[in-house]
Amino acid sequence: MNLPLSLTVNGERRELVLDDPRVTLLDLLRERLELTGTKKGCDRGQCGACTVLVDGKRVNSCLALAASQDGAEIVTIEGIAQGGRLHPVQAAFIEHDGLQCGFCTPGQIMSAIGLMMEAQTGSDPERIREAMSGNLCRCGAYAGITEAVLEAQKMLGTSKTERAA
Amino acid sequence: MNRFDYVRPADTAEAVAAASEPGAAYLAAGTNLLDLMKGNIVRPTRLVDVSRLPGLDRIEWQADGSLRIGALVRNADLAHDAAFAKSCPAIAEALLSGASAQLRNAATVGGNLLQRTRCSYFYDTASRCNKRAPGTGCDAREGDNRLHAVLGWSEGCIATHPSDFCVPLAAFDAIVEIEGRNGRREMALDALYPPSGAAPERDNVLKPGELITAVRLPASASAFAGHSRYLKVRERTSYAFALVSAAAGLAIENGTIREARLALGGVAPKPWRARAAEQALAGAHADETAFRRAAAAALDGAKPSGDNAFKIELAQRIVVRALTLAAQGTPDRVPALPASPFSSVAGVRHVA
Amino acid sequence: MSPEINLTRDPAHLRHGSNIGQPLTRREGMLKVTGAAGYAADNHPPGMLYAVLATASIARGRVTSLDVEAARRHPGVVEVMTQMNRPPLAEDPDAKTNPFMFRMDLLQNDRVRYANQAIAVVIAETLEAATEGAVLLSPRYEAEPARVGLDSNESYAPPAVGVGNPASVQHGGDVESALAGAPHRIDATYETPMQYHNAMEPHAIVASWDGDRLSIDTPSQGMAMAQGRIAGLFGISPDKIHIRSPFLGGGFGSKGLVKGPQVLGILAAKLVGRPVKLVLRREQMYGPVGHRSPSRQRLRIAAAADGRIAAIDHHARIATSSFDDFYEPAADASHTLYASPALATSHEAVRTDVGTPLFMRAPGEATGSIALESAIDEMAFACGLDPLAFRLKNYAEVEPATGKPFSSKALRECYAQGAERFGWSKRSLQPRTMRDDDGFLVGWGMGTATFPALMFAAQARAVIRHDGSGVMESGTHDMGQGAWTAFAQIAADSLALDLDRVAFKAGSSDLPDAGIAGGSAHTATAGTAIHNAGAAVIGKLAELATSDQRSPLFGAGNTGVVARNGRLFRRDDESRGESYADILTRAGLAEIDAQGSGTMDPAAQSNYAMHAHGAVFAEVKVDPDLGQVRVSRMVGVFAAGRVINPRMVRSQLLGGMIWGVSFTLHEQAIIDHRSGRIMNANLSEYHVPVNADVPRMEAFTVDELDPHVNPLGIKGVGEIGITGSAGAVANAVWHATGVRVRRFPIRIDDLLTSEVAGRVG
Repeated sequence: MNLPLSLTVNGERRELVLDDPRVTLLDLLRERLELTGTKKGCDRGQCGACTVLVDGKRVNSCLALAASQDGAEIVTIEGIAQGGRLHPVQAAFIEHDGLQCGFCTPGQIMSAIGLMMEAQTGSDPERIREAMSGNLCRCGAYAGITEAVLEAQKMLGTSKTERAA
Repeated sequence: MNRFDYVRPADTAEAVAAASEPGAAYLAAGTNLLDLMKGNIVRPTRLVDVSRLPGLDRIEWQADGSLRIGALVRNADLAHDAAFAKSCPAIAEALLSGASAQLRNAATVGGNLLQRTRCSYFYDTASRCNKRAPGTGCDAREGDNRLHAVLGWSEGCIATHPSDFCVPLAAFDAIVEIEGRNGRREMALDALYPPSGAAPERDNVLKPGELITAVRLPASASAFAGHSRYLKVRERTSYAFALVSAAAGLAIENGTIREARLALGGVAPKPWRARAAEQALAGAHADETAFRRAAAAALDGAKPSGDNAFKIELAQRIVVRALTLAAQGTPDRVPALPASPFSSVAGVRHVA
Repeated sequence: MSPEINLTRDPAHLRHGSNIGQPLTRREGMLKVTGAAGYAADNHPPGMLYAVLATASIARGRVTSLDVEAARRHPGVVEVMTQMNRPPLAEDPDAKTNPFMFRMDLLQNDRVRYANQAIAVVIAETLEAATEGAVLLSPRYEAEPARVGLDSNESYAPPAVGVGNPASVQHGGDVESALAGAPHRIDATYETPMQYHNAMEPHAIVASWDGDRLSIDTPSQGMAMAQGRIAGLFGISPDKIHIRSPFLGGGFGSKGLVKGPQVLGILAAKLVGRPVKLVLRREQMYGPVGHRSPSRQRLRIAAAADGRIAAIDHHARIATSSFDDFYEPAADASHTLYASPALATSHEAVRTDVGTPLFMRAPGEATGSIALESAIDEMAFACGLDPLAFRLKNYAEVEPATGKPFSSKALRECYAQGAERFGWSKRSLQPRTMRDDDGFLVGWGMGTATFPALMFAAQARAVIRHDGSGVMESGTHDMGQGAWTAFAQIAADSLALDLDRVAFKAGSSDLPDAGIAGGSAHTATAGTAIHNAGAAVIGKLAELATSDQRSPLFGAGNTGVVARNGRLFRRDDESRGESYADILTRAGLAEIDAQGSGTMDPAAQSNYAMHAHGAVFAEVKVDPDLGQVRVSRMVGVFAAGRVINPRMVRSQLLGGMIWGVSFTLHEQAIIDHRSGRIMNANLSEYHVPVNADVPRMEAFTVDELDPHVNPLGIKGVGEIGITGSAGAVANAVWHATGVRVRRFPIRIDDLLTSEVAGRVG
C-alpha cells in the first residue's frame, strides 16, 4: 500500500510516498528524512522527547501517524535557528543550562516554543512549570528550563500577549 | 504494530461505511489508539482516518443555550475557548488537568470519550484480561490493584475509566451525538458506558461503524458556572492519571443549594455520576455537614476490589473538598496547576 | 573521525583569567540545542537494517517455541536470530572471570531468567517490519514460579558488596551492649523499592562489521571496558573495535558496562553482514540493563541522655538476580557520617528472578542514606533535639568506620550556610505544627549528604602545535555532567592557553583511555590525566627551549620557566620569554606531545578518608485531607573540593536533589508477584518528577581545598545530590504530618490519617 504524503518540513515542501501506513511522524523524521534531532524516549506519548510543531502546535510526533499528517506544516528542532542565528529559546537554554545530557532538549525547546505561541502562561513560573510538564528530563534540568523559558519570553515580548481570561 | 489498510473518507457517511467492516477502527489524533496499537493491545486491520472530516471541529452555541462541541475539537482548543471556559469552567479545568500540553493539542473530544482503561493488566498482553481478551479472566483481581475500581466493578473487571474530561461531562448531563449506518442517534453520556459486569470487553454501547460526531451540553450546564470545580489527586503534580477525581457544581441561592452536580473519576469503570449525593445536597445549606453527607452518599455501596480500600476514604474527602471549593466560587481563571489540591484555593496561591 | 567541538563565539566562552572555576556555558550546547548532537541511534550507515528484540514475558522458565516462519513471512523481515542461528561467540556469556564481568543473555540457550530478557532478534529493512516481526514470533514457554521480592528466597551473606567492600563491618565497641544500656533507642525498619535508571535515551547501538573490524556507535560510560568486553566475546583484539560515544542521553550507571542487548546488535550485524541498528524499546529497559535493588534496612541507634550517639547498627537485606551477583551496599551509608563509639553494618541478600541489579546513581549511598537520615531524624526527636543540633552533636571528626582523618570536610560550613539560607532556626520541634496561609501542612526536614571522593585510572595525550595551539585527547564520556566543557577548561589551564586555542577530543575509543564515567570520579580522574598530560608537554617544550642556545630561555633550567597564555617565561625574569610557536618553529617541529595519567594515590587513600559532604534542607506541603505532597522549597549546600565549572556543578547538584525527591515521593517499579513482570515498565506509571514537581530549588557549594584527593582537589558532584535530599524530604513529610512513613516512596494512602486535622481554605 503506497500512500502519497505531502508535507512542509522546516519550510521545505516534501512530496513523499509512504510504503507502509504504520510509520509515525517521529519515525518518518528520524529514519526516512534524516532529521534525527527529534528524539525517541518512550515512543508512547509519555516523555515529550519527540515534540515537534504540527501546524504551529506542539504535539508528540510518536503518537501521530505520518499518513494522517498529509498537508501539514511540520517544524522540528532543525528548523528554528534562522541563518545560523539561534532561536531565543535555544540561546536561553544554553545560558541557563536548561540541559544536561541533551537528549530531551530538542523536545523541551520545541515544547517551549509551542508554549509561547499558546500564550497561556505569562511570566508566572508556576504556569510555565505546569505547561512544561509534558517533557520529562531525567537529568533534572528543570530549574534551568523554567528560567530559560522565562527569559526567552521576555526577549520575545510574548508575555504581554497573555490572555486575561 | 500489525499492517493495516489506511483509508481517509471524505465525509461522515463514507466513514461510517468504511468503519462498519470487521476489524476497522476510527483514527482521529491517535493519541490513545496508536499507543494501544504499539502495545499490541488492539490490532485493527483498517484505520479509518476521520481526523479531517468536515464540520466536526466547531464549537457552536445553539439557540436553546446549549453548546455543541464537534467530536474533532482538540482538547486544548476547547479548554481555551473563552466562552466555553466561562460557562463550563469545571470542564475546562478537567481538560487542562489531563495528560500534557502536547497531548491536549492533539487529542480530540470524541477520542477522549472513547479512551480505554489504563489498567496495567489490560496493557500487559501476557496477562489475562476480560476486557482485552474476553473470557480469559482478570489478573488484576489478585494482582497489583491499588489503583483499581471501588465502585461499579465486577468480578470480571476492576478497571477504571481514565478520563478527566468525561467526569464533569457526566455531571453536567452531556449528550453524545452518534452517526451510524441507520442514521443519527443521541444519548446521555452516562448511557454511552454500559454497566460493568456481563461484558467487560464492551467499553461503550456504540455499534460497529458508529461514530461520535459531537458532544452537547444542555443550557442547564452553565447554571453552575459560578460554583464549579474539578479536583484531581495524583501521584505527581502533573502529567499523571487521577488516583481519584471529582467534578462538582452547585447552584446556590442565599446559602442554600438549589441544585447540585457531582461525578467522580478514577473510581469506577465509567465516569461516575453521584445522583444520590446530588439529591442529598438539594435544598441543604452549603456547609460541611451537607458535603460530608453527600460524600457518604456518593460512596454508598463502594467496596474495595483489592488493595484499594483507601480510595473509598480518599474519594469521600475529595468530594467534600470539591464541594467546598465549588461553594467558595469558581476562580476567575483556571488555576496555575489545574485541578491540583495545591492551587485549588481560589486558584491564586501557588509557589512562585 | 573523533568528534571535536569547536567553540561557539558566545561571550560566555571567553576566558577571563584561569579557565578552571569559570561558569562557562556548555561547549557542546550549540549542538544540543540545534539537534545536531549525534546520539547513537541517530546514525544511519548505508545499507543499515533495523533489529528489534523479542523479549520474554515470563520471569523464569524456558522458551519452548518461537514462530520464526511467521516472522520471516512478514514483508520486510530479513532474518530472525535465535539460539539456533546466532553467530558463535569466543566466550561463554555466562563466564565470569572478574566481579565486574556481568553475565549476559545472548541467546545462549532456551532459559529465561527474568522478564524482558531477550529471546530472539528480528532484523528487517524497516523499523516497522522488525517491530511487528518480533510480535509474530508468538513465543510459548514452560514457566516456573517466579521468585519475586525480598522474602521470596532464603537469604545469605554476600561475599562482598558494592565494589568489593566487605559485607559486614564493625568498629569500636560492642553494639548490642551499647544498645541495651542506652536511655534513648530507636529500632526502625525502612523499605526502598526497585528503581530503574530510565535515562531518557534508551540503550542503542549501530554496529557495522568490516571483516574482523567492528565499528559501533553506542552510549558508553566506559568505552575501553566495553571494548575489552566485546573483544573477549568475539575473540578479536580490542584495537579492532572502534566505539564512538560522543554524547550519552543519560547514563546514571546503566551505561557503565556494555549490556546484552548491545552485544545482540553486534551479533545481528554479523549474522546479516550489514550494518544494524538496535534500540531498546522503553519497556525493554526494565530487565537487561540493570536497576537499583530493593532494600529492607533495619537501623538501631542508641543515644546517651545528652543526645550523643552510643551505637549505630545498620543492617540491609537486598536482592540480586538468580544468576549473577551485584550487592547494593546500602548499609555502608552509615560508615562515614555520624560519630559512634560502636558501629556495625551488615548485609544479607536474596536471589530473585529479575535482571541483575547494578550501579544506579549513588548505588548504596542513596539507598542507605534515606534510611539513615530518617533514622537520625527519629533519633533526634526521641532525644528532644533539633535535627541539626543532633547532627552537630554527633559530627564525625574522623571517619567513624575506620578512625581515619578526613582529607577535608567542610560539612559544618554546609550545615551553617544551608540552615541560614533556608531559615531553619524558625522550625518547630514538634511535627504537624506548621501551616501555611492556605491551611496546608508545612514540614521542614533535613539530611546530610555524603559521597566518597573516588579516583579510577585514566590517560590523556596533550599536543602543542607549531602554530601555538593545543590539542588535548582523552576518551572521556559526556552524559550531561559537562565533560566537553570541564575537561576543556582543565586542558586549557594545563596547556596555559586560552580555551579557544585548545581543541579537546573525546567520546571515541581511539583516544587515550579515560576510564569510566562513574563513581562521581570522572572529572577527578580524567581531569588529573589531562592536567598531567598538559604539564608533561609543557615540560617537554621547556626542555626544548632551555637547552637551545638561540632561545631567550636558554639556561633557565636551574630556575625554571612558567607557562602563560601560550608563552614560556623565565621564572626569575619574566621579561625573558617566547611563544610556543616560536620554540617549535625554531626546532623544526610540527608538534610536540606528551602523555599523562590520572590514578589514585594509594598513600593518600590509606591515610585519609575522602568524601564530599553536604547538607540539604527541604520544605514540603501536604494536603491535610487528601495526602498529596509537594516539595515547595529545597536548599542544598555542598562541599566537594574544587569546582571546575560552577554552572555545570549546580546543574549536577540540582539534578541529584531531584532524584532525591523522586526517591522519596515518586519512583518505584511495581512487579506482579505471580508473573514477575514489571507492571509499570513505562514512563507513564513509573513516575519520575515532572517540571511541576520541582518548584524552588537551590544548590550552592562552599569553598573546600583538599590537598590529598588529587592534584586538582576535585571530589566529584554527580551523585552526592541524591544522598541527604531523599532523607530531607522524608523528614519534612514527617514534620508536616506527624506520620513517619518507612516504606518508600511515600504514597498518598500512607498519609490519609483518620484524624482530619482541619480544613484547607
